[in-house]
Amino acid sequence: MTDRSEMFDRLKGLIEPFNKKGVEVVETTTFAGDLEWDSLTVMDFVAEVEDSFDIIISMNLQAEIENVGQLVDAVTKLSAA
Amino acid sequence: MTDLFSKFDALIAQREGLLATGVKDPFSLVMEEVKSPTVAVVNGKETILLGTYNYMGMTFDDDVIAAGKKALDEFGAGTTGSRVLNGTFQGHKECEDALKEFYGMDHAMVFSTGYQANLGIISTIAGKGDYIILDIDSHASIYDGCKMGDAEIVAFRHNDVEALEKRLKRLPADAGKLVVLEGVYSMLGDVAPLKEMIRVSKEAGAMVLVDEAHSMGFIGENGRGVAEEQGVLDDVDFVIGTFSKSVGTVGGFCVSNHPKFEIMRLVCRPYVFTASLPPAVVACSAASIRKLMHNKNKRAHLWENSKNLHQGLRDLGFQLGTPNAQSAIIAVVMPDLEKGAAMWAALLENGLYVNLARPPATPAGMTLLRCSLCAEHSSEQVADILNRFERAGKAVGII
Repeated sequence: MTDRSEMFDRLKGLIEPFNKKGVEVVETTTFAGDLEWDSLTVMDFVAEVEDSFDIIISMNLQAEIENVGQLVDAVTKLSAA
Repeated sequence: MTDLFSKFDALIAQREGLLATGVKDPFSLVMEEVKSPTVAVVNGKETILLGTYNYMGMTFDDDVIAAGKKALDEFGAGTTGSRVLNGTFQGHKECEDALKEFYGMDHAMVFSTGYQANLGIISTIAGKGDYIILDIDSHASIYDGCKMGDAEIVAFRHNDVEALEKRLKRLPADAGKLVVLEGVYSMLGDVAPLKEMIRVSKEAGAMVLVDEAHSMGFIGENGRGVAEEQGVLDDVDFVIGTFSKSVGTVGGFCVSNHPKFEIMRLVCRPYVFTASLPPAVVACSAASIRKLMHNKNKRAHLWENSKNLHQGLRDLGFQLGTPNAQSAIIAVVMPDLEKGAAMWAALLENGLYVNLARPPATPAGMTLLRCSLCAEHSSEQVADILNRFERAGKAVGII
């Protein structure tokens, strides 16, 4: 549980510079709907996450990630690999 | 019943909003007469064409037209068949021979469009478990090729060598990798640092595909494109190109030195499951490709046109997509879609046609007036074009 909340906090920290609307970020916050990110913002954010964790989030996987909780799961899995 | 068209409502509303401001629809223009590679009649008015991909002005070349007429007479209007069944005529082979000679490569495969060439090659060579690493600003046909195949897709920031290298290093060492690049990116007309990108790709054990659609015939000592210009054509595994730009017809191709390349003719679905190009088209294309091999003077004049237009537009105060002229495409950045459409219409009023480009085709949500020059534009026409830009720009309030 601690691991998960640590991962959540770390990703939340990466989300904040892109959170122009000041939306409250929780597990169910969606990138397209709540944060209103366009494809360019998504690209910049994904690059940040990839570089921070030294992972690759393929576009195939990105298509399946709609909210912050799903991102936490995905990054946890990719970092463990 | 759910109306399947409701997903287009936002776009329909945006379009209606734009037309309500009184501008002509920029996406339903008709060329009533085409007088030359650089002049057409639009809305009854003689108009200079500055938004075609007719870089080398081959559409009205006498030899090209004569070859097409002869093929039409001798081989008929169409092939009514696939390349792998009854649709490969003598002309298709001659066209592929011309391409092999043009690029100095062992294999050439002609598709019915450039879109299908990317769709087919990319989706077929990168399969399940393989990786495609592509520039985020890649053309729609590249993205669609990725979507059609089963590979994992990894994007990197536009023209960023370091971002490409980092991603390549994170991928499994033994996985199949295809790096997809373009020589000239068609929206801004900027050129890729292919030399560095291909070096890091090869170091990571990746194969490299370069789409040279917008550079063929014009960039490089022999007009083979940006990879030739940067001295790295030998390291490119697959060159994708099109006939609908410098060649002046329609069709697409892939050339390669891969020893097993010919198997693609049997496994590449967008090659197999469609009718081949009509005899007149391949005959025109072959004649045009052969002429493009020896076109140094025309290439030099096109560069001169491109540099003059870039300098002139900058001097007038327009914001441009590149700091210098890097290709035959000069992109003028508009403040927004509404102003862009107004400027586009004002230019047309002044007898000048350019491309209006907008998201999602454009990067960074930009609205662009994209100018593409032709080797057949005279220096006087370029001066005339600048005058028309000045008049329209002042009328719309952009400069």
